[in-house]
Amino acid sequence: MRKNEKRILAAAAALALAFGAAPNVSAMHIMEGYLPGGFCVAWGVLCLPFLAAGFFSIRRALEQRRNLITLLAMSGAFIFVISSLKIPSVSGSCSHMTGTGLGAILFGPSAVSILGLIVLLFQALLLAHGGLTTIGANTFSMAIAGPFVSWGIYRLCQKTKLNRRASIFLAAALGDFCTYCVTSLQMALAHHEDATIGGAFAEFLAVFAPTQLPLAVIEGILTVLIVMGLETYAKPELRAIGFLKEAK
Amino acid sequence: MKKTVFLGIALVLLIALIPLFLRKDAEFGGSDDAGSQVVAEVDSSYEPWATPLLERILGGELPGEVESLFFCLQTGIGVGIIAFIMGRFVERRKWMKQEEEPARDCH
Repeated sequence: MRKNEKRILAAAAALALAFGAAPNVSAMHIMEGYLPGGFCVAWGVLCLPFLAAGFFSIRRALEQRRNLITLLAMSGAFIFVISSLKIPSVSGSCSHMTGTGLGAILFGPSAVSILGLIVLLFQALLLAHGGLTTIGANTFSMAIAGPFVSWGIYRLCQKTKLNRRASIFLAAALGDFCTYCVTSLQMALAHHEDATIGGAFAEFLAVFAPTQLPLAVIEGILTVLIVMGLETYAKPELRAIGFLKEAK
Repeated sequence: MKKTVFLGIALVLLIALIPLFLRKDAEFGGSDDAGSQVVAEVDSSYEPWATPLLERILGGELPGEVESLFFCLQTGIGVGIIAFIMGRFVERRKWMKQEEEPARDCH
């Protein structure tokens, strides 16, 4: 019975990730064909070590504790629910959040790179959102840079003994925001024919930052809420991954 | 605890909905489009050299209604998984409590 349940969960997780596309989300991934070939390859290659590390870290975590698949599925599902919500922003355009903060805090940044890549792949294939040629660059910004920032900030906050909820909020919000800064940088590096790199970076940032700022706050709040839920109901799993210390 | 949750949800709704009422004239298009405009500005000679695979197969853009179908499907499946797992956790906590209770007090 329990084994069956686990199988169902695994299947559900796989399905979840398969549909983990954000159909129609008009947020900001770099569009198909918008990076010159060399950049596509370079960003892709840069992602490889992170993806390999992520694959191994997920495999190791699941080998040690099979039941962690629930939390992993939850992190994956969180990414694609969150990244499917197009939210209007004060700047007058819509964007979506990344949702990678939760996974990064729970499983570490490299594990999230795999979850993020699957989401991006299906987005690019099914939804014409992002693109196959730009998948490397998008993976780097959304599934690697963002989660690493989230994770780093969370660790830093833990060191300074900041309140846990505040740390989670900061980690998720800044990770989200960082994703879009990195995207702007990637665009600026590729496109600065008529401007300097810095000038182009500022222009891209000026388009994305005002839209993304309030959304980053929302992402921070939602991540705190879901972690509060997990803290209440999933104590054994959270202890298993070292997120919660042994019972006080 | 409950208060924090309600406060959080209220804040999220406020941040998400206020722009709708503040900027009645705005289009709320995707920031992707804004992105391509900037590209045109800072790198005017650049031509995108690939188009999305699905668009090439369909020979045009995905119909808006179908897009929203995919969109709902994605949200639905994601929420389904979170709710399913959360539901299991909630139930499990109930019987874990029952087992623990004779041994020691639960908070």
